[in-house]
Amino acid sequence: MATMLKVNDLKVHYGSIQAIKGISFEVNEGEIVTMIGANGAGKSTTMNTVAGLLKPTEGSIEFLGKSLIGIAPHKVVNEGLSLCPEGRRIFQHLTVLENLEMGAYTRTKEEADETLQKVYNLFPRLKERYKQIAGTLSGGEQQMLAMGRALMSRPRLMMLDEPSMGLAPILVDQIFDIIVNMNKAGTTILLVEQNAQMALSVADRAYVLETGNIVNSGSGKDLLSDDSVRRAYLGG
Amino acid sequence: MLTYLINGLSLGSVYAIIALGYTMVYGIAKMLNFAHGDVIMVGGYVAFCSTSYLGLGPIPSTLFAVVVCTVLGIVVERLAYKPLRNATSLAVLITAIGVSYFLQNAALLIWSSNPKSFPNLVGSIPNIVIGELVIPSTAIVTVIANLLIMLTLTMFTGRTKMGKAMRAVSEDKGAAQLMGINVNRTISVTFAIGSGLAAIAGVLLCSAYPTLMPTTGSMPGIKAFTAAVFGGIGSIPGAMLGGILLGVIEIFAKAYISTQLSDAIVFAVLIVVLLVKPTGLLGKKVSEKV
Repeated sequence: MATMLKVNDLKVHYGSIQAIKGISFEVNEGEIVTMIGANGAGKSTTMNTVAGLLKPTEGSIEFLGKSLIGIAPHKVVNEGLSLCPEGRRIFQHLTVLENLEMGAYTRTKEEADETLQKVYNLFPRLKERYKQIAGTLSGGEQQMLAMGRALMSRPRLMMLDEPSMGLAPILVDQIFDIIVNMNKAGTTILLVEQNAQMALSVADRAYVLETGNIVNSGSGKDLLSDDSVRRAYLGG
Repeated sequence: MLTYLINGLSLGSVYAIIALGYTMVYGIAKMLNFAHGDVIMVGGYVAFCSTSYLGLGPIPSTLFAVVVCTVLGIVVERLAYKPLRNATSLAVLITAIGVSYFLQNAALLIWSSNPKSFPNLVGSIPNIVIGELVIPSTAIVTVIANLLIMLTLTMFTGRTKMGKAMRAVSEDKGAAQLMGINVNRTISVTFAIGSGLAAIAGVLLCSAYPTLMPTTGSMPGIKAFTAAVFGGIGSIPGAMLGGILLGVIEIFAKAYISTQLSDAIVFAVLIVVLLVKPTGLLGKKVSEKV
């Protein structure tokens, strides 16, 4: 398996506060990799830094052999890396279809139309509601829209930040099924989650993040049965 | 009575065109570009020079003014506002006021403080006379130009990729960047459109009120800003509605109440509207599901 994303000794500061204290991790082609950790551990900061929204103070980020440091966030998408951000951040006043079109902003019209059909197949609900204003969708539908929108750029690697946040358990199951399906269809996934149980059960590999450091890593299965992980994140 | 209404619609249309510039820039860059009014003045002077000195016809000189103002808008944004993208809104506001003074004083240096008498660029079209009612050609052209601009902008923001990207940026810059949208370029385009519109407004305004001075743009600028807030800032139909209502109210206040008090009445109406509906007449207040 080829290494897709390689992050080395990454450090990120918010002013004088160091949020990420030198973490290294990698994502290989075809994997689902998850990063679990409590609030404030630095999971979203890591995602946002890889996507170019935050500037690291030190360290390297390589995607498909190319350094992403200093590349403007709107150009990172062109490299084949897409972030589905925390809190969904769909465009509330745009329609479902317009949101998806924005996802394909860097693509040609033909590519966008083709991908749109795939996204509709994955999320039939979005097809039913394509004319609806996105802000009026339910929480689960909004999450689907956010994921569909991120898929529209045809990413090689999709980063998902807390896709299960605020969703009912049945919807969480559904979202995770879709994540596995997207992965099977050829998209590599980097998943950040507070729902460690779910995340670890679908992940090939996982990293545990604690106050800006990676404190544990291994296969999803191993970490599910790891004592310290069970105590901290899985409730015994 | 009808004459007043026509004058009001005409003045209101000019306000509406200016207000569109305010509202679009506010919607996307979340800043109040108080130099917008002075771009109108620059547009007026450029059109004045190209007719009086270069001998261009009405349409070429208007187009020339549009081009100059569009470039001016882009340059001002790049030099004055872009470095402040992450600064507090107060810093941006003060800078905008600074740009406004800069443009006025530059105009003072180039064209001096003597008022120039602006040639009526739409005067070649005959007025329409229905019985005793005379509809000035300026009014007709202004209202039609306003409608066309409004339609074009609505189509642009609703149908084109760039237009949709603008709406996306206005809602969430970070998410828009994640889509691959170049936020800086989108903001530049917005300034370009707003300033181009200001040039058209300048030509129309000066055709109706033919005294051109370096401060010509200030008052219409402030009124149009009021119109934008009145209609709901950030909303394109709101700017249109706000502008027209403001123009009509102003003319009627002048005609029936008092010329001196007309501005006070206009602003009083604004205050009342904001008290009743703080987001303006067509302001967005979408309840969001979470």
